[in-house]
Amino acid sequence: MKNKTIDPKQIKGWGIDADPKNDPTYPMRDRMNVGEDPDNKHRPTLQPTHQVEKLRSIERPNISAVYGTTVPPKGLSGMIRRAAFKYSENRYRHWLPLVVADRVSVVEGVVDDLMHGHVPNIYAEKGYPVEWKHNRTAFITKMATIALATAGVVALLSSGKSKKKSKKKDYLSRY
Amino acid sequence: MLAMEYRGPKRVRAVQKPMPEIKHPQDAIVRVLRTCICGSDLHLYNGNVPDTRVGSTFGHEFVGEVVEVGSEVTKVKTGDRVLVPFNIACGECHFCRQGMFGNCHESNTEATAVGAIFGYSHTAGGFDGGQAEYARVPYANVGPTVIPADMDLDDAVLLTDVVPTGYQAAEMAGIQTGDTVVVFGAGPIGIMAARCAWLFGAGRVIIIDQEDYRLEFARNYSYCEAYNFKEMNDPVVFIKKITDWMGADCVIDAVGAEAAGNTMQTITGRKLLLQAGSATALHWAINSVKKGGVVSIVGVYGPTDNLVPIGNVLNKGLTIRANQASVKRLLPRLIDHVQNGIINPKGLITHRLPLEEVADGYRMFSAKLDNCIKTVLLPPTANQ
Repeated sequence: MKNKTIDPKQIKGWGIDADPKNDPTYPMRDRMNVGEDPDNKHRPTLQPTHQVEKLRSIERPNISAVYGTTVPPKGLSGMIRRAAFKYSENRYRHWLPLVVADRVSVVEGVVDDLMHGHVPNIYAEKGYPVEWKHNRTAFITKMATIALATAGVVALLSSGKSKKKSKKKDYLSRY
Repeated sequence: MLAMEYRGPKRVRAVQKPMPEIKHPQDAIVRVLRTCICGSDLHLYNGNVPDTRVGSTFGHEFVGEVVEVGSEVTKVKTGDRVLVPFNIACGECHFCRQGMFGNCHESNTEATAVGAIFGYSHTAGGFDGGQAEYARVPYANVGPTVIPADMDLDDAVLLTDVVPTGYQAAEMAGIQTGDTVVVFGAGPIGIMAARCAWLFGAGRVIIIDQEDYRLEFARNYSYCEAYNFKEMNDPVVFIKKITDWMGADCVIDAVGAEAAGNTMQTITGRKLLLQAGSATALHWAINSVKKGGVVSIVGVYGPTDNLVPIGNVLNKGLTIRANQASVKRLLPRLIDHVQNGIINPKGLITHRLPLEEVADGYRMFSAKLDNCIKTVLLPPTANQ
């Protein structure tokens, strides 16, 4: 379909919010510096802080008045997260360990599932049934590529191992 | 209760989780009636947001019925049907009192650069989201807004993020009557930004994407010109060419970290995570806006760094404005626009799935299958 020329004034609502004074606009427009705010130390009612372990950005002096209580840090990923929060949001030492912790927690999640007697249905969790339904050719191509690449890596690694083994045999056979 | 649960990059499922509880006197518990998958959920889904913990429930676009309130809640009551802005805001801090409800300082302990967002990793506060049968809603005197009796729930759920974010993208662009506005990204936010650009008096609105079905949708929904960047040698030169070689007056980045179109950005930003996402759209925005123009960013990026031509921002004298949408600030005006038929949010919805099929919903949206624009998830409780 080609683009059509349109008279903007025919569009419902055209110009309804036009405002020549909209410059500077939000978020600068109603700017207030801290000195102008007589109540800048005010805090809402505080959520009790003992509910769950909460990691805190060192760029703030306290726990926020409310906070999320889901998925507290635990296991190896939790240890990594605690270490990451020793650094500010300004440092890669904060963010990169968090990304690593996220990947570690994926493995922990699978182990946790298995320990609870649940074998994760990764095929369904990845939404592959719907990809099979709507995008079958691309899906088969993608899966075949992954399978081939995996087989290639496995073959490469196992050939390296057998070479090592045969070398070891030769070495021993001399004695 | 049934809830979506993140298990790792591109792995989610629906599971039984404990019911949420009141943790603070201004909390409410909401029975979810509609919830959406947002484009920014895909950053979480793809594992690109640091501190996205396995076991989290996503979902920052939801509406529902209040079933329980804390002792200090006075603005909503049990039985009210409310739309819940995606940002969690106290309404009392230095920033909320400037209308910056997307930048609340009293809702997120884990990071200072972002206010809390429902179901958006521990970097955004560690709150579970609304892709569940029930959700804990903090600061219930501030965020939840009673849905007008005559408003469709499908319209209401899109007022929690898509409409305000699209509208604010146009607002931040500082559009003046007759301006040419370019929007990068024809996802729901980009389509809404293009639609809202007309409300500010734009003279010409152009949207750029790589998916033909989305461009077609945008042409019809937003009355804009739509072009596929895969058919161009260079999108920046293309925009210069169609704007008398001057560039657009205002450019909106409605793509964010998942941008396609530049191999180096894709590899370093999306595959190797050496940047806070792929900044292709932002790069194009800076280079295709006119000298002295405005770049408005609502596409979401991660908390580290991105490769963008900052020297051109200086040399061209650009203004860059960006923020998470201040939903609460914008709601009164946007509710009016919906009720007056100026904006038709539910026209964006293309798919409806039961919450049990959340994994299919994410895959469908992520892989852009079946001409998907916007997916609504219906929890079992929605039918009660």
